[in-house]
Amino acid sequence: MRLLSALLIGLVFGIGIATSGMINPAKVLNFFDIAGTWDPSLAFVMGGALAVAIPGYRLVLARKAPRFEPKFQLPDTKLIDMKLVAGSGLFGIGWAIAGFCPGAALPALGTLRTEALAFVASMILGLFIARGLKALAARSPQSA
Amino acid sequence: MTSFTPLTSFAGGMLIGLAAVLLMAFHGRIFGATGILSGLLRGGDMRDWSLRAALLAGMVLAPGLVLLVTGNWPALDVPVSMTAIIGGGLLVGLGVSYGGGCTSGHGVCGNARFSRRSITATLSFMATAFVTVYVTRHLIGG
Repeated sequence: MRLLSALLIGLVFGIGIATSGMINPAKVLNFFDIAGTWDPSLAFVMGGALAVAIPGYRLVLARKAPRFEPKFQLPDTKLIDMKLVAGSGLFGIGWAIAGFCPGAALPALGTLRTEALAFVASMILGLFIARGLKALAARSPQSA
Repeated sequence: MTSFTPLTSFAGGMLIGLAAVLLMAFHGRIFGATGILSGLLRGGDMRDWSLRAALLAGMVLAPGLVLLVTGNWPALDVPVSMTAIIGGGLLVGLGVSYGGGCTSGHGVCGNARFSRRSITATLSFMATAFVTVYVTRHLIGG
């Protein structure tokens, strides 16, 4: 039941990504192209998601625990630092160069398009490079 | 050009929000594509890993289901080169690792909880994305 539930939730997410247009790099890039072929559709994706998630989270988090787990796992860090701002900024640059973000690229794998496969493969490489850099920085705290 | 689709985009967004709420309600977790993927790659305990794998399997099956129901693959046009796809992918992987999330984790889940961290991250990636497209399409490519 636990895994079936996760599978169905992933499916709902993926169908949302597909129908919203987030899965389509052409649409994503046009959303960011205000000075050119602007397509404001993706603002409606965020609007729709928050319209459900804001009240939904309020209801759910008022409960004692999730259905299949003993407690809710929420990020405990409140730190706003250079890593958060610069990392997110770098993500935005990559998103705008390729047209895929992680949440769109994973469902896009299901289309078996080589672009989606190449994007996810290079994203994974980027994650590993970051992991290596972090391990290096942890070993020499003075240089970090 | 892509056509303006406020209704389907809003409806799709609602499904994304619904998935986030359901994952919290049933499994007590933030729906972040980045977190799901990096946790899968890290391994860890089987219970956690299998949950991530099931979420990913659901996501990957979605376009196929769309094809079955509507008779068409979801529109997916790539207007950039393979070099841009790979370079962009590398930057996304690096960036989400340091930024601790992406459009789903920070943009949907974090903002829905009014997390100041997520609002900051969202402003940062949206700003650089608008500037990057301006640069690539109008300064370099224009």
